[in-house]
Amino acid sequence: MGILGSDPYATLLATPLGKRMVDSFGLPKPATLRRYAVDAPLLDGPALLGWLGDDHPIADRIRAILDVEGVEVGDPFDTLPAAAVIVDLSDIQGPADLERLRAVVAPSLKRLMSSGRVLVIGRPEASATSAAQAAARRALVGATKSVAKELRAGATANLLLVAEGADDQIEAAVRFLLSGRSAYVSGQVIEVTGGGPAAERTEWTQPLAGKVAVVTGAARGIGAAIAEVLARDGASIVAVDVPAAGQALAGVANRLRGTALQADVTAPDAGERIVDHAQLRHGGLDIVIHNAGITRDKLLANTDEARWASVIGVNLESILRMNDAILRPGGVSDGGRMVLVSSIAGIAGNRGQTNYGASKAGVIGLTQYLGRDRGLRARGITVNAVAPGFIETEMTGAVPFATREIGRRLNSLQQGGRPVDVAETIAWLSQDANAGVSGQVVRVCGQSLIGA
Amino acid sequence: MPCCKGVAVSKSSPRRVAVLGGNRVPFARSGGPYAKATNADLLTTTLDGLVARFGLAGERLGEVVAGAVLKHARDWNLTRECVLGTSLDATTPAYDLQQACGTGLEAAILVANKIALGQIDSGIAGGTDTASDPPMALSDELRAVLLRLNRAKSPMDRAKVIASVRPGHLTPAVPQNVEPRTGMSMGEHMAVTAKEWGVTREAQDELAVASHRNLAAAYDRGFFDDLVTPYLGLSRDGNLRPDTTVEKLASLAPVFGRGEGATMTAGNSTPLTDGASAVLLSSADWAAAHGISPLAWFVDGQAAAVDYVNGADGLLTAPIFAVPTLLARHGLTLADFDFVEIHEAFASTVLVTLAAWEDESFCRERLGLPGALGSIDRSKLNVNGSSLAAGHPFAATGGRIVASLAKMLHEKGSGLGLISICAAGGQGVVAILEAA
Repeated sequence: MGILGSDPYATLLATPLGKRMVDSFGLPKPATLRRYAVDAPLLDGPALLGWLGDDHPIADRIRAILDVEGVEVGDPFDTLPAAAVIVDLSDIQGPADLERLRAVVAPSLKRLMSSGRVLVIGRPEASATSAAQAAARRALVGATKSVAKELRAGATANLLLVAEGADDQIEAAVRFLLSGRSAYVSGQVIEVTGGGPAAERTEWTQPLAGKVAVVTGAARGIGAAIAEVLARDGASIVAVDVPAAGQALAGVANRLRGTALQADVTAPDAGERIVDHAQLRHGGLDIVIHNAGITRDKLLANTDEARWASVIGVNLESILRMNDAILRPGGVSDGGRMVLVSSIAGIAGNRGQTNYGASKAGVIGLTQYLGRDRGLRARGITVNAVAPGFIETEMTGAVPFATREIGRRLNSLQQGGRPVDVAETIAWLSQDANAGVSGQVVRVCGQSLIGA
Repeated sequence: MPCCKGVAVSKSSPRRVAVLGGNRVPFARSGGPYAKATNADLLTTTLDGLVARFGLAGERLGEVVAGAVLKHARDWNLTRECVLGTSLDATTPAYDLQQACGTGLEAAILVANKIALGQIDSGIAGGTDTASDPPMALSDELRAVLLRLNRAKSPMDRAKVIASVRPGHLTPAVPQNVEPRTGMSMGEHMAVTAKEWGVTREAQDELAVASHRNLAAAYDRGFFDDLVTPYLGLSRDGNLRPDTTVEKLASLAPVFGRGEGATMTAGNSTPLTDGASAVLLSSADWAAAHGISPLAWFVDGQAAAVDYVNGADGLLTAPIFAVPTLLARHGLTLADFDFVEIHEAFASTVLVTLAAWEDESFCRERLGLPGALGSIDRSKLNVNGSSLAAGHPFAATGGRIVASLAKMLHEKGSGLGLISICAAGGQGVVAILEAA
């Protein structure tokens, strides 16, 4: 984990001299992000809550969450520091209503504490009933993304779109976006599509208690962090990786009191082996995280068939094949969760990563298809993806310094994310309470300029 | 009146013992990737890999039994110290065992017997050895001087004792691969036996090639995916030569035996190897409670020894005697076995063993049988390779074979498997597994 402390720029910032240099040259100032801890409060200070219209059921629901968590709800027009500003614009009818966004958020920004949260609530543009409404709904996307770029000191802004009829399924997403779990998620639009069963009471400090989770590629890096966070949230872990990674895999499994399954995800029977192992050893299978992936970078002009095939094979085809066994009855349980790991390279493309970009874009297509699959929705199974941006891992640690430094800073939070940031997003998508979110691709990129 | 008269002492009949699985590190040639790993490192890693495979972190097992043939004085409580270094519950008892190359299999027999008797419900049997990190002791002369120094009372006495040290005393005593009573190495002993039985160079080289090919094929089809955990960058046994041929082996010069009849080369003998293995055994109930399907049942084991010093038998021929005893106890013949695992200390060891069981007069005279014990179909022999290809870290070989054979039987779905392992000191340990 030494890699995580190897941001020399951040180290320089911590010194008085470094701080003076940064101030006088107007250099980026990456903040220390507020990250989740089991005993941490949902927010470190009061939240400001605004809304539009006389009837505002979503704002009421959010207020109920804040009350349960003991978060003081302040007046948007007060002058005290605030940890979050939340504005419910689900009732927006036309461009004139956008003033409400400005009126609530603008005065709050200067009072926003470090690692503060701006949360805008809207409705999906696709279900608008008038041109004016569609325009206004879409305007929230541009507004929220711009606010996210204006924010400093580790604060984030995100837009939560709530489909009509899905108001009762927002709690998990609201909690995620306000808490330290979403430290590196900013400028994102997340839709609660609904359609899941009404959430049962959740023990929010152990939201995955009693679940059995399979994580592929779990021996190191992001995969190991995913396993760790899922275990922290209460899940039993089946840690899967290729036989060659067995030594590290055993360490992860033993640390988390799970089991290690040495299997190549491209093997024809990998899906069956995973299902059998989870059913027999752990008595079930509730959560599947398709994280295993490889890179074989070369310009396309120099990419031979083997480099192409191995990346497509591991990152994409293996998931399709394993899903045959995992998604059939007897595989993942009804109400199960599947999360796939895509990449920003699958959204924006990346020079020298045509094979990788293709595979990770394919993951998005697969996620969106499965996310709206009626059969899976009827069984209560959700399928989502995360798309990490620049994450500080052994892999990015091997990138040349200058390239790495650019990758690190080219985002609104001016720093690389950590494996745990990806893992927290996946853990949230794995919650039972998140039944209304499916087919979504959540970027964990600090609002990277790439592919935005 | 005897106090206990009439009191029923509970006595349950023996229980079936399940082999649930195993783990080992890839075996490495000495001085190679594991050159800096100790026996404790190897065994701890191997146990932790087994723990991870079966989700036993934090679990208290009945016991862990393992050993090493080449052992440092500081490792007097090796297995227990290793258990304390693993993710197993620290209250898991452990002890060391040493029966030369029979250590690993003998450990399995001990654990199985305790499970059968109901003394424990689960246990791990294993072994570790590294020829890269052998213990070196002070010479006996220097040791004697130091002990005298300790007893000396006056400064004058001490000075006299110190003055008696000679440069030659400072040479450390290194463990030798020789039998203490004959001064001959194991290979030299085997060469004598091979010559007596007329084992040819060609037959030995063919057996060696088959071992390499079988082991390579087993790796290729993923057979070892749940039997081996890579270590220090090694994913397959370092000694494995998938592309070796009889022609290549034929070019090697003999290293054991002398002159015309010398047939044993580095190619058809096992090299010095580093590695460790472990096997998880339990009662059927314990396995069910832990959601683990048994691979095989550990049916029975038997040890034998021969008087290779003064008698007529070769050093590594004891299994030839142990197997008939074991078969007789269960009313079995060699033909009843679907798989036969004969540890390839040397190719000639296997060939002599097979020849002896096929030899009517030997079986009649030496084994007291009515006729030949029988022959073994080569298609059932060491089908996934054995020590010539995998290597042979002495105490680790038993665990390697038990776990592999259990999986082979499980894959087949039925049948019996026989294990035969020769050991230094003219000993042999053999066992029977049955598919579960």
